[in-house]
Amino acid sequence: MVKKVIGKFEVEYLQVLDEEGNADEALMPKLTGRQIKELYENMILVRTFDDKAFSMQRQGRIGSYLQVKGQEAAQVGSVYALQDKDWLFPMYRSSGALLARKQPMHLLYLYWGGDERGLKSPENVNNFPIAIPVGTQIPHAVGAAWASNLLGKKEVSLVFFGEGATSKADFHTAMNFAGVYQVPCILVCENNQWAISVPRKIQTHSETIAQKGIAYGVKGIQVDGNDIFAVYKAVKEAVDDARAGKGPALIECMTYRIGDHSTSDDAKKYRGEKEVEEWAKKDPVLRLERYMKKKKLLDEAYKKKVLENAKETVEKEVKKYEEYPAPDREDIFKYTFAEMPQQLKEQFEEFKNG
Amino acid sequence: MVSMNNVEAVRSALDQALKSDKSVVVLGEDVGVNGGVFRATDGLQKKYGKDRVIDTPLSEEGIVGMAIGLAVTGVKPVAEIQFSGFLPAAFDQIFSHAARIRSRSRGRFTCPMVIRAPAGGGIRALELHCEMPEALFAHIPGIKVVCPSTPYDTKGLLLAAIKDPDPVIFLEPMRIYRAVKQDVPEKEYTIPLGKANVIKEGTDITIITWGSMVKYTLDAVAGLDDVDAEVIDLRTIYPFDTEAIIKSVGKTGRAVVVHEAPKTSGFGAEIVATINEKALDSLDAPVLRVTGYDTALPFARLEMQFIPSKERIIKAINEVMDY
Repeated sequence: MVKKVIGKFEVEYLQVLDEEGNADEALMPKLTGRQIKELYENMILVRTFDDKAFSMQRQGRIGSYLQVKGQEAAQVGSVYALQDKDWLFPMYRSSGALLARKQPMHLLYLYWGGDERGLKSPENVNNFPIAIPVGTQIPHAVGAAWASNLLGKKEVSLVFFGEGATSKADFHTAMNFAGVYQVPCILVCENNQWAISVPRKIQTHSETIAQKGIAYGVKGIQVDGNDIFAVYKAVKEAVDDARAGKGPALIECMTYRIGDHSTSDDAKKYRGEKEVEEWAKKDPVLRLERYMKKKKLLDEAYKKKVLENAKETVEKEVKKYEEYPAPDREDIFKYTFAEMPQQLKEQFEEFKNG
Repeated sequence: MVSMNNVEAVRSALDQALKSDKSVVVLGEDVGVNGGVFRATDGLQKKYGKDRVIDTPLSEEGIVGMAIGLAVTGVKPVAEIQFSGFLPAAFDQIFSHAARIRSRSRGRFTCPMVIRAPAGGGIRALELHCEMPEALFAHIPGIKVVCPSTPYDTKGLLLAAIKDPDPVIFLEPMRIYRAVKQDVPEKEYTIPLGKANVIKEGTDITIITWGSMVKYTLDAVAGLDDVDAEVIDLRTIYPFDTEAIIKSVGKTGRAVVVHEAPKTSGFGAEIVATINEKALDSLDAPVLRVTGYDTALPFARLEMQFIPSKERIIKAINEVMDY
């Protein structure tokens, strides 16, 4: 009889920037001052967009909305590592990622205003439509990455999902396929601690989400998701590896949903204010500002200018959304099939005349 | 021309598609080395390699989810779900995504893929292997549903499904996989989706059916001396050939629909409603349905009590004729 340890595993955690804005220079990813400013400006734009979307929902100017607030670094930092030809598979809380990936802002407002046209990806970039069911987009990302291998392309897929999605079969089957076929897919879990009212500890008894990669032969790492440098570094390395044929990666971003789950939710019912206050201190924007101040990349005048520019852009885009031509009612019938089958043609005629 | 049965016709179509279109891949459980549990993909991996005839992990939602990702980015997947009874595991991916990618992306992305599944009862298989789910999928806007009955149609329809720009569920009746042989062209040809086939002409009554029920309906009407029945093999469930049905009912004035699936909300109801909407004046009698029952499909020992029998088909025909 033999009883012995046949496997030992380690899970890495990465933080580059601490809460006070001090960076570990040895771990710092290669970024120029200009690039750091770009990341900062993108995060401010996302937050300004997000706050505006929230208030517009309250005013009845868009429908239900799911806030990004608190998760800007995880989203902006991740997509900063992608090229335009790569594939992004967003979920309902990925507005920040989409904005940072050239999805026109007015189209995002249009989507949240209940208009399919807002989901259409610009031609120069591959942004898949936002997934509404939880976790169902993860297999698509792995499939797209698999296609990249089969077609001999060098395109990488990146998919966002929350820690709640890791309880679903789609996550596990996608991780399994990703491992078996070693596809160039980056699976980014934004662990924001809450799936509506269910805390992280009820989703899984695992200590981390990152370690779930081990079981599937997929590299896993946990990063401080409110540290944009850590997120970017981990995703960039994973993207470079994937493009070089070294397979998939699971990246768990430890972050926090500062807002309610959605505009229809009230998080006060299930979580304490103190917890929110503690996480607010780890705010990704605040942290980057502290760093940039120390590095003389940010002063009050620059900060003011960035905020003003963001506000101006958002106002312009809101106007564009609100003045956007109304959808053509006949569009309902146009996109179900490449060509309308007989049954649909008949219904279309009835609809046109009705 | 080569004489082949239905499962050989499936294989011939896949072989043809893999040969002529480099973007086609076949994927599923046991489709590679093993050649599929019904041998539908036998020899194809050897011929086209492991990257084109792919053995996957055992996960129906995974296979269909992957196929969506593949289809959107330029690969043409033909996914096999081993038995139609396992399709429900992939239902979310089909309903929530495959069906509406074109619509949700306003045409920027499309999902041209085929999901093949052996379907239907009558082979004494294990429970949950033998359902006929055509109505479930026909009810999803954005999905086409095909169910062939002859080797010639199987090959032509499968090749058409593979060329189709939208997702197609291709249900292959297991009971007649090897029950009929027919001369089938070796070369590539297609049969347009949405077109029915008048498989037997007649003047007295129209029988509309599909899948394995075509064969058993033909057997039933062959025994009728005094009724000249016209049998329509619908072939494609959605979109279905309204014109062929109406034309035939216009001629005969009487109709019966035969299908294996449960009666309530079965696809027969759609056909009866269509006849009512478009050909009520032609009717000399109410349209009857011969179907399975609103119960779970019984296990092997009682399944033939559920699946429409020759006797039940004849009884319905006589009832309509005597009205």
